[in-house]
Amino acid sequence: MTLQRKGPSIDFVHGRVDLTHGGGGRAMAQLVEELFVAAFDNDMLRQRNDQASFTVEAGRMVMTTDGYVISPMFFPGGDIGSLAVHGTVNDVAMAGAVPIALSASFILEEGLLLADLQRIVRSMAEASREAGVPIVTGDTKVVEKGKGDGVFISTTGIGRVPVGLDISGDKARPGDVILISGTMGDHGVAVMSQRESLGFETTLLSDSAALHGLVAAMVAAVPSIHCLRDPTRGGLATTLNELATQSGVGMMIREDAIPVRAEVRGACELLGLDPLYVANEGKLIAIVPAEEAERLLAVMRAHPLGADAAIIGRVVADDHHFVQMETSFGGNRVVDWLAGEQLPRIC
Amino acid sequence: MKYIDEFRDGQLARHIAASIVAEASPARGYALMEFCGGHTHAISRYGIEDLLPANVRMIHGPGCPVCVLPIGRVDNAISIAQQPGVILCTYGDLLRVPGSKRLSLLKAKAAGADVRMVYSAGDSLTIARDNPDRQVVFFAIGFETTTPPTALVIKQARALGLTNFSVFCNHVLTPAAITNILESPEVRELGTVPLDGFIGPAHVSTVIGSQPYEYFAEEYQKPVVIAGFEPLDVLQAILMLVRQLNEGRFEVENEFSRAVTRDGNRKAQAVVAEVFELRRVFEWRGLGMVPYSALCIKEAFADWDAERRFAVETVSVPDIKACECGTILRGLKKPVDCRLFGTVCTPESPMGSCMVSAEGACAAYWTYGRFRQSSQTPTKASS
Repeated sequence: MTLQRKGPSIDFVHGRVDLTHGGGGRAMAQLVEELFVAAFDNDMLRQRNDQASFTVEAGRMVMTTDGYVISPMFFPGGDIGSLAVHGTVNDVAMAGAVPIALSASFILEEGLLLADLQRIVRSMAEASREAGVPIVTGDTKVVEKGKGDGVFISTTGIGRVPVGLDISGDKARPGDVILISGTMGDHGVAVMSQRESLGFETTLLSDSAALHGLVAAMVAAVPSIHCLRDPTRGGLATTLNELATQSGVGMMIREDAIPVRAEVRGACELLGLDPLYVANEGKLIAIVPAEEAERLLAVMRAHPLGADAAIIGRVVADDHHFVQMETSFGGNRVVDWLAGEQLPRIC
Repeated sequence: MKYIDEFRDGQLARHIAASIVAEASPARGYALMEFCGGHTHAISRYGIEDLLPANVRMIHGPGCPVCVLPIGRVDNAISIAQQPGVILCTYGDLLRVPGSKRLSLLKAKAAGADVRMVYSAGDSLTIARDNPDRQVVFFAIGFETTTPPTALVIKQARALGLTNFSVFCNHVLTPAAITNILESPEVRELGTVPLDGFIGPAHVSTVIGSQPYEYFAEEYQKPVVIAGFEPLDVLQAILMLVRQLNEGRFEVENEFSRAVTRDGNRKAQAVVAEVFELRRVFEWRGLGMVPYSALCIKEAFADWDAERRFAVETVSVPDIKACECGTILRGLKKPVDCRLFGTVCTPESPMGSCMVSAEGACAAYWTYGRFRQSSQTPTKASS
């Protein structure tokens, strides 16, 4: 289908999303053509079918999907568009996989400024190009004003797992070493700083980034990595608990080994938060056999997204599957699952 | 972080802990109650109990405002929030507190009530100014620390002539609660619960000063050391209490001298006295009816009193039968002694108030201290 456009172009300066943009008629086709196809442009999208068609190599594939509802839409270091690319690319990459393609589904609220939508879509296109992972198919729906909050985005990603890798959350074994790729809590605090009600400012940027390049370097050097996971919602504490439960092990980490920026610590002090529970969008946790830990650390530190990587503890045998921490103060504590919601709508 | 890291220095902690070990007499026990939830939280979060000898035992007191709020008052807040046109504003911790019938403000919100989480009393006043066609109610709780800001917003509302703003006041008083614990038969007469001394409140004392504790240090012959909320403050206070007990003294000492004076903050006290007066009696979860232990809004500010505006009638609702919050808050039992602890009562689905707030004794035990109960404690990280 090629659009036979009649009438003026979309007014991306003053215009707003209205119900016709989701109505299936010409206005919707025009929005798709002038905004989404123009921004995401690639061979598969240009096929203009209801589905993207492509050939894959034989082997093991992975697939993941994620919804993005972050408030505010724009935050220091990113926006909902770039986040929707990075988050899903990262979920694919945490299997050690090479991401191949993404889909994107948009729920737009009537009244959304087209300028904002354009900014989001362009940011998404840029993130996709930078990552080298094309957005090959998509969908747009419009809901009445008051039934959404500007824009919600769902992205789905697929990837191919290189032969010889077997990375999974259930593979942590007592004696393994736990590494993280950098500072904890940057994303959550950067987003919080933009919430009107909190009234504090920070120079901190979200760490939102696509991690598949870092992962490729890691698995090339150390294919025996047992687990990879990105500590997003619920932060490091919650993600370690997920892994401990999934693998049926305990963990012992050291507080003074976990890198946390001074700005993040300061903001957490003020807000009564614990940085270990604050979301990240450009960091990963790796669990490896002890003998590979130092080599993996060196590989991570050599990559720009792993410059602050650190060994933070060990996997231990524990029937209770507790994650425990030696505090800098000299005591021990259980680092539990997050109860309730620490920061709503952080991704 | 300057002025924070200094009070979390692990090296210094080991020195103080060594002094406590050296000075605590093996011939006796030291049962010390930290009244405040802030201290409970610090003890758990930094693992302070690991640094203490076995005969120095911490008892977690009732100083968590969320924990001591009775179910009946939570029910009141929920029913106010459910009235048409009302916006109910409150601090985040309160949203999950269970009322009766398994309701909570969070569940009421999901069912359509307009409940908003605020970081300060002032935020709720802003919401009232921004929504002139809605009735905005601030669900106020807390000890003496959070009372002055509530008093100020009531005064501001009057100055602004705001007719759509009111406060549901649940402010409570620390000295009354400590006296109540010391007056309990278990502590006073039976002697079954050893309670040798208190770590006195940090932020509360910045407002009321150290003077109010002098009475019961003298009357009940229990030493009090007012301490800050940083872990080194707590350790130092424990050492000071051990020394007082060893020397047979029962004085009010002030470890938190960087913020607390004997007289406290007179301006804050004056604002509170202008807006609030003592309630004859108020129910505390865990302690029951405690005379002269809470504040209500004075007649002169009646127009901003949600209890009057919404004709609130508080009914006393008993805790779930097996819940031991009451005995835990009085130091008679530990969280792990409760049959519900960790079985049906967890931070995700709290049955009793002590499990709700991160400052509650049960939640703190659950979150930070469970490994002490586990039979197998993993070995330390060596990497």
